[in-house]
Amino acid sequence: MAYIPLADQDEDLHDHPHSFITKYVWSQDHKVIAIQYGSTAIAVGLVGLVLSLLMRLQLGYPDSFAFIDPADYYQFVTMHGMIMVVYLLTALFLGGFGNYLIPLQIGARDMVFPFLNMLSYWFFLLSCIILMASFFVPGGPTGAGWTLYPPQSITGGTPGSEGGIVLMLASLAVFIIAFTMGGLNYVTTVLQARTRGMTLMRMPLSVWGIFVATILGLFAFPALFVASVMMFFDKMIGTSFFLPAIVSLGESLDHTGGSPVLFQHLFWFFGHPEVYIVALPAFGLVSDVLSCHARKNIFGYRMMVWAIIAIGGLSFIVWAHHMYVSGMNPYFGFFFAFTTLIIAVPTAIKVYNWVLTLWEGNIRLTVPMLFACGFIFTFIHGGLTGIFLGNVTVDLPLSDSYFVIAHFHMVMGVSPVLVLYAAIYHWFPKATGKMFNVTMGKIHFWATFFGTYAIYLPMHYIGLLGVPRRYYAIGTTDFIPESAQALNANITLAAIWVALFQVVFLVNIIWSLWKGKKSDPNPWEATTLEWFTHEHPPGHGNWGPELPTVYRWAYEYSVPGVKQDFVPQNMPAEEVETEDGSPYKGHDE
Amino acid sequence: MSGQSLTLSQHAGTIVEDWAGDKETFHVPWGKVMMWIFLVSDTFIFSCFLVGYMKVRRTTTEPWPYPSEVFALELFGVNIPLILIAIMTFILITSSGTMALAVRAAQHNDKKNVFILMAITAAFGASFVGMQAFEWSKLIAEGVRPWGNPWGAPQFGSVFFMVTGFHGLHVSCGVIYLLVIATKILKGHYDKKGDYSIVEITGLYWHFVDLVWVFIFAFFYLW
Repeated sequence: MAYIPLADQDEDLHDHPHSFITKYVWSQDHKVIAIQYGSTAIAVGLVGLVLSLLMRLQLGYPDSFAFIDPADYYQFVTMHGMIMVVYLLTALFLGGFGNYLIPLQIGARDMVFPFLNMLSYWFFLLSCIILMASFFVPGGPTGAGWTLYPPQSITGGTPGSEGGIVLMLASLAVFIIAFTMGGLNYVTTVLQARTRGMTLMRMPLSVWGIFVATILGLFAFPALFVASVMMFFDKMIGTSFFLPAIVSLGESLDHTGGSPVLFQHLFWFFGHPEVYIVALPAFGLVSDVLSCHARKNIFGYRMMVWAIIAIGGLSFIVWAHHMYVSGMNPYFGFFFAFTTLIIAVPTAIKVYNWVLTLWEGNIRLTVPMLFACGFIFTFIHGGLTGIFLGNVTVDLPLSDSYFVIAHFHMVMGVSPVLVLYAAIYHWFPKATGKMFNVTMGKIHFWATFFGTYAIYLPMHYIGLLGVPRRYYAIGTTDFIPESAQALNANITLAAIWVALFQVVFLVNIIWSLWKGKKSDPNPWEATTLEWFTHEHPPGHGNWGPELPTVYRWAYEYSVPGVKQDFVPQNMPAEEVETEDGSPYKGHDE
Repeated sequence: MSGQSLTLSQHAGTIVEDWAGDKETFHVPWGKVMMWIFLVSDTFIFSCFLVGYMKVRRTTTEPWPYPSEVFALELFGVNIPLILIAIMTFILITSSGTMALAVRAAQHNDKKNVFILMAITAAFGASFVGMQAFEWSKLIAEGVRPWGNPWGAPQFGSVFFMVTGFHGLHVSCGVIYLLVIATKILKGHYDKKGDYSIVEITGLYWHFVDLVWVFIFAFFYLW
C-alpha cells in the first residue's frame, strides 16, 4: 500500500482523449469543462439580461407595453434574480473560473476526479434546461420572487404556482447536485494536488477565493436543497412544512401548523453565504488582476488570505439580517446586526489592501485593469449601503424599497460582473491563444461603468423616497413625487444603454476568437504558473512531461535590483538576473 | 522540541505549517479527503432536515403523536414499544462492526475476507432497508400519510417519511456501493497499484450513515 502524493505520481496514469467527442463534448479535461460551464452560464445570463430589460421597460414606461401584464412582470423579476445569482454568477465563477484556474494555478494536470467533474457540467446543463423549460409550461415560470417565499410561492393566484415553481425547485435540486460534484473536486484538488513547492501560502489569491467560496457552497447549498425538497412536498403531496392554516382565494386550504419563517431561515442560511460564494472568487480574481497590472505585489498577502477565511466563516452567522421584517424574534436582530457589522472589518481590510496595492504602482491601464479598478468603486459604494441595511432600525424603513435593490445590485451584481469581465479579458489570451480587440474592450468598460452608475445611483434616491420594490407600477401616491417616475424612465434608458454595450463585448470575444491576433504566451508579464505552460494555449495534461516547481509566492513584481520587473513563480533563484549580478533571494524562499 | 512542551500558540503554528506544506495538505489518498468533505456537506443536509423537523414540531397546532405507542409492535401477544426500531438500530450498528473488520482485512491485503465482510455488511444494510419497508407499510396500513395521520399533527407523517426515506435512500445507495466495491476487490481491480484504501473510503460512508441513524433515532423515535 505504498501511497504517493499526486504531485509525485507519473504522468502515464492519465488517459488521453482521441476523438472529437471525447475531446470537446464528453470531455474530462478541466479546461474544456470550464469553457462549457462558462459559455452555458453566459448564455443563460443573457436570458436574465433580456428579462431585466423587459422589467425596466415596464417600470420606465408603465401602460405602454401591452405584452407585459403584472403576472409576466413578476415572472421576469423572479427568473432574472434566480438566473443571475445562481445560474450565471455561481456557475461562471466556480464552474468556469474554478475549473480553469485551479489546476493551472496550483500546478496540477487536472482535477483529482475528472469523470465526476464532467458529470458536474452535464448536471448543470440539465438544471439549466429544466429552468428554461419552465417558460413553456402552462402558467409559465414561477413569479414568487427569487426568494420563493411560501406560502405565496405555492398557493393559487401567484403566477407559475402550477408548474413553474415545481420546475424551479427541481432545477435547483439538480443544480445543487451538479455543484456538489464540481465543488468536491475543486476543494480536494486544492488540498491534495498541488505541485512541488506550492504551499497553501504561496497560492494565488484567485485560488484562495475560489477554494473558500467552494467550501461555503458545499455547506450552504444543503439548506437550499432541504428547503426545496420540503417545499416540493408541500406543493405536490400536501404536507405542511411551510404552510400554516391559510385562506387562499376565499378558500381555506388543507394545511395546518407549518412555519413560513422556517423556509426563510433555511433559504437565507444558504442565501447569505451565497453572496460570498459569488464575492470571494471575485475578491481573489481581482487581487491577481490588480497586482499584475499595477506591477506591484499585492499589499498584505497573508492578511488577504485570512480575511477571505474570516469572511467565509462569518458569512454563516449573519443570515437573518435578511429577515429583520419577517416577524422573527426581534432580539435576533441584535445578534445578527452585530455579526453583520463585524464582517465589514475583514471586507474593509481587503478594500484598503487593493487601494494600497495600486499606491505608487506602475499601473498599466489595460482593459482588465480598468474593470478591476471599476470594481473597487462599485464595491465600496455597494458595501457602504450595506452598513445602513445591516442595522435593524435603519433597515426597517428601507426594507423592501429600491434602496435595497440598488444596494445588492451594486455589491453583488455589478461588482462581481465587473470582475468577471476583468477576468475574462485577463485570461482570454491564455484560454484561446488569441488577443482581444483593446479599443472595443475600452469602449465596453467605460459604457458599462458609467451606465451602471446611471442605473443604480438614482435607485438609491427612489428607495429613500419610499418606492417599494417588486411593484408592477408605482401608480399615484401622495408620498411619491411625480419626478420619481421621470427618474424611472431615465434608469430604463440607462439599462438599455448598458445592455447594448454588452453586445460589444460579445462581438469582441467571438470576433477575436475567430480572427484575433495571436497572443504572446504571457502577454501581461504575469508570475503565476498558468502563463508558463508547455503549450499555448495549454494542452491536455497542462505541463508536458514534468510538473512545474514553485519557488516563491505569486506576487514578485518590480523587485528592486532585479532586471525584469516580474519573477515567475517557477523560475529558480539562480536564473533570476539582477542588475549588479548579486544572488537573488525572493519573498518567501 | 525534545523535552520541551509547546505553548498553545506554538501548537497552532505547527498545525498551520503542517497543513500548508506543498503537494498535499493531508497525507492520505485524495479519495479519502473527498469523501470526508462530502460527508461534512451531507451532515449539513441531515442537520437541516432535523432542524426543520424540530421547528415544525414546535409550530404545529395539534398534539404530536406519542412515538412509543406509534412504533410499538405486538410480538407473541405482548405489545412492546419501539421493538422493531431497536432491532433495526442494533443491526445497523452491527454492520458498522463488520465494516470495520473489512477495513482491517483490507489493511492485511486479505481479499477474500474483505469480500465476505463487505458482503455481510451489505446484507445487514439490505435487511435494515427491508425492515424499514415493513415499518412504512405497517404505518401506511394504519392510516399514516405525509399529509395526515389518525393521532394528531400531520407533520408527524411528513417528517417521518421524509427523514427516514432520505436516510433509507442513503443506506440503499450504500448497499449498492458496498457490493460494487466488494466485487471489484474480488476481481482484482485494485491489485495493480496494491492500494485498497477504497475499502476504508467506503467504510467512512457506511459509518456516517450509521451515525446519522443514531441521531434520527434519538430525535425522532425517543423524543
